[in-house]
Parts: sequence; structure tokens; C-alpha cells
Amino acid sequence: MTTLLYDESFEGLLTAVFLIFEQRFEHAEIIKNASYNNTFFSDVIQVSTDQEKADRVLKRLHSQTGHEGVRMLIYSFLSEDIYLEKNILESIRYAIVNTDKNVFTDFAHPSVLQLAKYTKSVGREKHRMEAFIRFEQYKNDVYVAKISPDFNVLPLILKHFSARYQDQQWIIYDIKRNYGYYYDLQKTEEFFLEDNTSLLQVNTNDLHEKEMLYQKLWQRYFVKTNITERKNTQLHVRHVPKRYWKYLTEKKT
Amino acid sequence: MNHERIQEKLEILADAAKYDVSCASSAGNRTNKNKGLGNSSSSGICHSYTEDGRCVSLLKILLTNHCIYDCIYCVSRKSNDIKRAAFTVEEVVDLTISFYRRNYIEGLFLSSGIFKNADVTMERLVRVAKTLRLQHNFHGYIHLKTIPGASDELMKEAGLYADRLSINLEIPTESGLKLLAPDKNRQDMLLPMTFVKNSIHQYKEEKKIFKSTPRFAPAGQSTQVIVGATNENDLQIIKVADHFYKNYNMKRMYYSGYVPVTQDNRLPAITSQVPVVRENRLYQADWLMRFYGFDANEIVDVAKPFLDLEIDPKLAWALRNIALFPVKIQTAPYEFILRIPGIGVTSAKKIVMARKFQKITMEHLLKLGVAVNRAKYFIDFDTFNPYLKNTDSEHLRKIILQESQSKFRATFQKQLNLFG
Repeated sequence: MTTLLYDESFEGLLTAVFLIFEQRFEHAEIIKNASYNNTFFSDVIQVSTDQEKADRVLKRLHSQTGHEGVRMLIYSFLSEDIYLEKNILESIRYAIVNTDKNVFTDFAHPSVLQLAKYTKSVGREKHRMEAFIRFEQYKNDVYVAKISPDFNVLPLILKHFSARYQDQQWIIYDIKRNYGYYYDLQKTEEFFLEDNTSLLQVNTNDLHEKEMLYQKLWQRYFVKTNITERKNTQLHVRHVPKRYWKYLTEKKT
Repeated sequence: MNHERIQEKLEILADAAKYDVSCASSAGNRTNKNKGLGNSSSSGICHSYTEDGRCVSLLKILLTNHCIYDCIYCVSRKSNDIKRAAFTVEEVVDLTISFYRRNYIEGLFLSSGIFKNADVTMERLVRVAKTLRLQHNFHGYIHLKTIPGASDELMKEAGLYADRLSINLEIPTESGLKLLAPDKNRQDMLLPMTFVKNSIHQYKEEKKIFKSTPRFAPAGQSTQVIVGATNENDLQIIKVADHFYKNYNMKRMYYSGYVPVTQDNRLPAITSQVPVVRENRLYQADWLMRFYGFDANEIVDVAKPFLDLEIDPKLAWALRNIALFPVKIQTAPYEFILRIPGIGVTSAKKIVMARKFQKITMEHLLKLGVAVNRAKYFIDFDTFNPYLKNTDSEHLRKIILQESQSKFRATFQKQLNLFG
């Protein structure tokens, strides 16, 4: 068994895949640097991430599985699942031995089905973040949203918010993974905070004077637009699982 | 701005608007090209869900609940003794923009009681949309309610600024409407619908010649009927829906189970329950027409013109047409896979893709998310399927009902007991 360790980047993972096919390793596993526990029975290779090799893998898969196939790989990677490397490797292996077919549509293959499931879960989380995150207006006119998604979907939702909010400054910050993006009316840039306590503990004085008023109006609207005769808690919770309530201004009362 | 007064108005006018079930924000597809505010994605987004489980996508309010009409089923009717309020154009604009910037909503759904006359009311609604688009460079979603009897000029303007226009039929049949809304007539509703349909068609034709033709209601039009306020049957309702889908290019038909709002001998008793199960079955029937290739005539049995409340309409259809089953999963055309109870559009597509690679088994269907508990009685696999023995529909219906746990069972039994 050969173990390939990579730096947790998507390109690193693809470089590892490239090496496996180049060196023709029969039995190989790909593991993140951080999750590696030393074992005696394995040859260990430290993969140095190579953009060119990664691109070659992507290009090859794009020609066979199209845009949707590449999307499945990216979404699967962002799922952060512990078996994602194995399933990606197996699916690519399946593609390599069936060159003439778009095997990523064979949902009866266990690894392909798993990629389809990752893609579905990550896609759903992306959609939920686009729907459920709330911005608060600060005194300095920056609108701030804090998120802690189940999967690493911040890179996926940027496009949506960049297209939407072009005339206001905004920050979306992933508290769980400690990084975020800031749009300053000109460009959007990634950043992270050494110390994020100021972001976690919000002082009402830091907020725009009208922020709490609009929150109150929204909360009252939410109550009044409900039809009590039709109360259906089960359906409500199915649409908005409780773990998302922390984002929702209308649930903070 | 006086915030307490705004809050009071918002409470009154949201409360009065809540019976409109539509909250769709899809098919708008406006792009934000000039550093403005907002865009609308073609798939629509629900930003929240109310405790009754309905999607909250738009700020759904009335401009005012003052109304010159006296429609019996409506809370805002003239003779009802309730608090009245009216927003100014600026107030609606400010609320929309402020909510939008915080990612609470996709846009605005503005309706209104009719004050003075149709044109004065319509003009005010159009002014809100126009202000949002022209002064605030707003590209979010705008759904305007059309006021019955509004002039063509105003309709034309409304279509330039709104993504969707809608006018509610309210009561599915003309005779029912006469009984419950004596001031309204069907013709006043059909004329603006025809105008919208023709204008959209005209836009599409002109667009082929002049690329710069201004868009007209890009998300089309929709309508709503109240279910259970009058005594029409499901066959009539489905026929009405079919008629409007085919002749008016409706994007959506909404079915709103009647919520008792008043005591009147022309209406169901104030203590009667909202017909939520019936409403749900009507939506399922609607989906069968729009996405599953069913014809209106196939969905309900003419001899029994109500949908079966215990089982979904697709299963009911399959049981009535049991001779067409089992369907060969490996070779049947997509249209037939789609007709198997328990298989939805997504799984049908996946099955058709996956079967090119290998023989589909029951195991695969389970993993793809098919409701195998229903589907298994209707499918012919290449291997032996032990569930195909029960070919008698009556018998099969009982078995499926016993095995499945309907989410409506509790509600359903309560409603049955009320009748029994």
C-alpha cells in the first residue's frame, strides 16, 4: 500500500491523483497531512502540489465528464468528508478504464453515487447559505454576515452575493473555518482575523442606529405573515432545520 | 419616519396579505450590470419559512386594506370591522430596500385593497415598482397584483417594471364568484390576463427583430383559486387550471384552502377546518400536469370527481390503470418511468442515465431515493420481483396504505371524524 499525503488543497489532491496514475500504484490511498497517523506497513509519499499536474487531471476529466463532472469533484472536495479522497480516486479510476463513457452519470456505481451525494449535500448547503444568512449593518456602513456552514461553501456562495450586492460594502465570515471575504465597493478579497472575538461578541453600539429597528420590523412581519390556523411545525422544521435558526433574525426573540 | 406607526402598518398590511399563497421569486432572471442593488436568480430563493411551513421569499404586503368591495370570503371586505391602514409609496420602497440589503427577501409582492377605483389603485402599485427600478436601481424581484378593471396603459407600465403580474380568479367557477363576490365579475379578471398574455407574446416577437425591446413581465403571470369556499369538485378545479395553463400561458396556478374568516350562510361554518389535505392533492395533480406529462382528463375519474385523499393522484391513476403495469425499468421510455408511483422527475432521469451502464435493481432504486415501498409493485426488473403477485387494484391499494405512513394520517382522520 502506498500512502500519498497532500496539503489539503484541491490542487494537492489532484496532484496526488496524477502521481497515482503516472507511477501506476495499484494500491494507494490519499490522506490529508493533518490526518496522517504513522503506520508501519505503508510507503509514504509527500505530494508537492503542482498546478500543472492538477490542471491536466481536471482537463482530462472535463473532456470525458463535462462541466457537471468537474462540478461534482469540486463540490465533493468541499464536503470535507473523511472518505472523499477515496471516493474521488475510485471514481476517477472508473473513468480512466471506461474512456469512452461519461461514467459520472452511472449512479449505480458506489463511488460515483457517493460523489453525487456529496454534490447534493454541498449544493443544498450552498443554497441554504444563500437563503438563510443575514447581514447586519454596522455604523461604518458595512453589512456583516457570520456563518458556520456544515461544509466549506463560502467559496461557492461568493458569486451569488457579489452579483447581488454591488452598491453596499459587505463581509461574509466563516467563524468555524476562520476566514472570510470583504467587498469594499471595488473588489472582493479574502482575509482572516487573528482574533475574532470582536466579531463574535457584537456590541449594539457598533451597529447602525437603524439596524435594530429593521430587525424588529422583520420579526413582526414574520409573525404576521403566518396563518395560525394552518400551523404545521413538522413542515416548518423540515424546511428550516434547527441548526440554521442561529442565523435567522426572525428566530431571535 | 415614525417607526412605531410603520410597525403597526406593517403588522396590519402583512396580516391582510397573508392569504395570498404565492411567494415564488423564480424566473425573474434580472442581472445587476451597473453597480445597482440586487439580482434575481432564475430558480428563486426561500429566505425563511413561516410556522405554517410556507416559503417566505418576498415581502408580501398590501399597499392598503381599505376596500370598496365586499367579497364575503375576504378579510378586507368593506363591511368587516377591522383596523385599516395605508402605506405611502416611500414607506414600501424603504422597507423593501432595507430588508433586501439584509438578505431577508428576494423582493416585493405588492397587492392592495381597492380604494376609489381600479385605475387609482393600480397607478399607485405601479409607482412603487417604478420608484424601485428607476430611482433605486433595484434589480430584485417584483410581483404586482393586477387590479381587476385596470386600464391597458397602466398594465403596460406595470409589465415594464414588474417581473410577474397576477390576478386572482379567487373562486374557481363563475357562479361561485357571483354568489360570494357580487361586485366582481369574471370578465374584469380575464381582460387583464389576456392583455398580459398578448403583451408577453408581442415582446417575444419584437425581441427577435429589435434586441433592445424593453422586457415585459419576464416571470409571466400566475393566479390563485380558493378551494373549499364554494361547492365545486376537484375535476372542475383541475379543468379550470388546465384551461388557464393552456389558453393564458399561466406560469403557476395556486390553490388556497379556504381559511374560515367570517360567519355567513353562503360560506362553510367558521369552525370548519382548512382543507389542507385536499389542497395538497390538488398541488400534486397540478404537478402531474406540468411535469409528469399527464392530461387533465387522466387525473380524476369522471364518475368520482374528487381526488382520493388517502393516496396521491399518481398512485390512484396507476391503480385505475393497473393493466399498463408492470413497467420494464431497463427498457421503458422515460415518459413511462415517470408514471411509476414513487418515482419523481429527478430519480426518473437518474434511472435513465444509470441503466446505460448496468442492470438496475431494487437496491439501486433505494439508494437513488425512490419511494420503493410504492414503486416495487409496479416495476419489472430483469430479475424476479416477488411483489408483482398482487395485481388486483383494490387489494393492492389496501396493502400500500397499510405499509405507508401518510404524513396526513392524523389530520386526515380528524377530518373524517368531523364528517362521520
